[in-house]
Amino acid sequence: MFESLSDKLARTFKKLRGQGKLSENNIQEALKEVRIALLEADVNYKVVKQFVEDIRQKAMGKEVLESLTPGQQVIKIVYGELTRLMGETRQELALTGRTPFTLMLAGLQGSGKTTTAGKLALHLRKLGRHPYLVPADIYRPAAIDQLQKLGSQLGVPVYGTDRKLRPEDICVDALSKAGTVGADILIMDTAGRLHIDDALMAELVRIKEKILPTEILLVADAMTGQDAVNVAKHFNELLDLTGIILTKMEGDARGGAALSIKAVTGKPIKFIGVGEKLEALEPFFPERTASRILGMGDMLSLIEKAQAEFDEKEARKLEKRLRKKEFDLEDFQTQLKQVKKLGSIEQILGMLPGLGQLKKLKGLKPDEKEVIRIEAIINSMTGEERRNYKIINGSRRRRIASGSGTSVQDVNRLLKNFIQTKKMMETLTRKGLQGMPSMFQ
Amino acid sequence: MWTFYRKKEKGEEQAEPKGFLSRLREGLSKTRTGLAGRLDNLLYGKKQIDEKLLEQIEEILFTSDLGVAATRELIETVQAGVARKELDQPEKLRKALKEQIRQFLDVVDIPHSMPGPGEPYVIMVIGVNGVGKTTTIAKLGYQAREQGKTVIFVAGDTFRAAAIEQLQVWGDRVGVEVIKQKQGSDPSAVVFDGLSSALAKRIDVVLIDTAGRLHTKSNLMEELEKINRVIKRKLPGAPHEVWLVLDATTGQNAVSQAEIFHKALGLTGIILTKLDGTAKGGIVVGICRQMKIPIKFIGIGEKMDDLRPFNAPDFVDAIFG
Ligand SMILES: Nc1nc2c(ncn2[C@@H]2O[C@H](COP(=O)(O)OP(=O)(O)OP(=O)(O)O)[C@@H](O)[C@H]2O)c(=O)[nH]1
Ligand SMILES: [Mg+2]
Repeated sequence: MFESLSDKLARTFKKLRGQGKLSENNIQEALKEVRIALLEADVNYKVVKQFVEDIRQKAMGKEVLESLTPGQQVIKIVYGELTRLMGETRQELALTGRTPFTLMLAGLQGSGKTTTAGKLALHLRKLGRHPYLVPADIYRPAAIDQLQKLGSQLGVPVYGTDRKLRPEDICVDALSKAGTVGADILIMDTAGRLHIDDALMAELVRIKEKILPTEILLVADAMTGQDAVNVAKHFNELLDLTGIILTKMEGDARGGAALSIKAVTGKPIKFIGVGEKLEALEPFFPERTASRILGMGDMLSLIEKAQAEFDEKEARKLEKRLRKKEFDLEDFQTQLKQVKKLGSIEQILGMLPGLGQLKKLKGLKPDEKEVIRIEAIINSMTGEERRNYKIINGSRRRRIASGSGTSVQDVNRLLKNFIQTKKMMETLTRKGLQGMPSMFQ
Repeated sequence: MWTFYRKKEKGEEQAEPKGFLSRLREGLSKTRTGLAGRLDNLLYGKKQIDEKLLEQIEEILFTSDLGVAATRELIETVQAGVARKELDQPEKLRKALKEQIRQFLDVVDIPHSMPGPGEPYVIMVIGVNGVGKTTTIAKLGYQAREQGKTVIFVAGDTFRAAAIEQLQVWGDRVGVEVIKQKQGSDPSAVVFDGLSSALAKRIDVVLIDTAGRLHTKSNLMEELEKINRVIKRKLPGAPHEVWLVLDATTGQNAVSQAEIFHKALGLTGIILTKLDGTAKGGIVVGICRQMKIPIKFIGIGEKMDDLRPFNAPDFVDAIFG
């Protein structure tokens, strides 16, 4: 697939070793590569142009830090700027003031609004809210049915939409009934529509005028190409959005639409969708998306996060252990804790360059419950067992299983996963980490 | 026999029901004011070709989602022409560009098996979430019905909430029987049922809807491969066609989608939907060029008659006006 930007830049800068400062001359080639990387990632052409110009200004005259090559220095600047542009602080839904709150979802056909409505309902309920789902898509066959099913799956009330009513009237009526179902927040799912469909866009404006929603969120597909700017611009101009939700982020799209949309609307990306399950909604992390757009997996943010979570010494110790193949179940346990802070294992592995393609990772996809189970299992082991998994024989397995309230199969599976992870991390250490700047160094 | 997916021949437009070209143009109008309009504005006013012009052309190609590789190749081709002094006027350059894109799009049909006597023509429709698979099935079914074929829809999306109901609504509208089981059942089993039913009733065309899935999800890709195997076992030679639905709004990721779905199932065609928006769908230029998978149809709206056969010369002409 794509050669990573860091590889390309390393190549570009080979001949430039020993130069102390970034200059017009020596960054020219680097900026070309940055430009291509952004275009390959679907960042809009005009946005790229502006961005590269900004980087040129910022980079010129910068000292090249001793620990970095000029290429790494450029990446650092690019990465920092990308992250800054996509929003430095995490933005939650703005739920202040009087209830019931009202969330309105809008977007193109097939962008994932209905599923996202279900996900938001679950998210809000976890926050102690009482959501009310409002199907306002009277056009697409079975769209109302779909939201109703999601509602009953979640045990969240769904407004009984009459398809003969106009969407704005549906929303108004639902709002008046919120109290009767004990809801304090409405989630209005609107029909997908083209931004150039004036009649249907006017309908959204009418809903907005009648409801004055607390939040108006554009739901956009992370795989969107150059057109993202047109779509986002239209929706924002007509509705004055309060935020963006990017869906289908678990795939292998580089996600340049995130930057394009942020650039033309200036509105924060509040959530990302990372799967079809209703739990698969996450906060947006600009750093992750920045390195993803640059085609560097999530290395950079992993480095940063890892650095923030472990202290340097810990990290160095771990790397040494990895290199010496001493990675044991105790480390696995620590890793799991880290991983839980960073995201799911599957995602983290997916973010690492090259590993996303590995089919073998299937056995390594613990869900939340699984992680809890794994922790319980490891907690039931003795220190000796954690340090040397090889001594864990049949009777020890039975003891661990009953101690952790799991089955022997669970213990077996964990050990298998552990061994795979160990192998993979050792390979990764040999191959991947060496090239990375300042990682655990 | 199977005229509804046959490529249109030259001059056949006139024979089409009234409004075909105007609807196509309408559907493509945005693409046209986008790429064509801008190219025209750019080229007609200019007397000579310079760096600036090439850069503007590059912008047009990129913003139409042609991608880095295809754009580079196109630009290099015209640059070479300019260097050889063959392309000394903007008008010639425009023609050359058009011709080159058309050549990229001109892909021959992929050979595939055909149904035996009394057997249905089985078409599997696949793609990532929300691209328009179910709606496209409705459109294809409608088209086949219009040609007097008997059709069955198979509700192979047993995963997404109300996916079965959605297909059923379309089945009722188009007048096509929908073979289904309840949500959560094994899609292969539904497909098996569908084929049995089609064979028993001597149905002409079987259209199989599948759940949207990201190509990166290996377990879901395996599920598709399993469906494919079940079809083959039930009716050797089938599925006769596997069509990938791509959303014209999608950027470079469509390449990855095409590659991985093709590797898993062996595509015989692509359907490009949502060309009624402002997205240019230029990504298919690169896909056709690299992978040689023909584009069969384009979707230009949400109604059941919003499907048009894809035809490379028509497509480029409609883009460039
Ligand atoms: N404007 C426009 N909308 C389309 C077109 N084709 C499909 N759609 C719309 O896109 C949305 C998604 O279409 P579906 O047919 O449900 O897509 P799908 O691929 O079956 O979706 P999943 O089964 O959920 O993966 C619907 O609102 C359709 O009406 C098209 O050519 N143009
Ligand atoms: Mg569908």
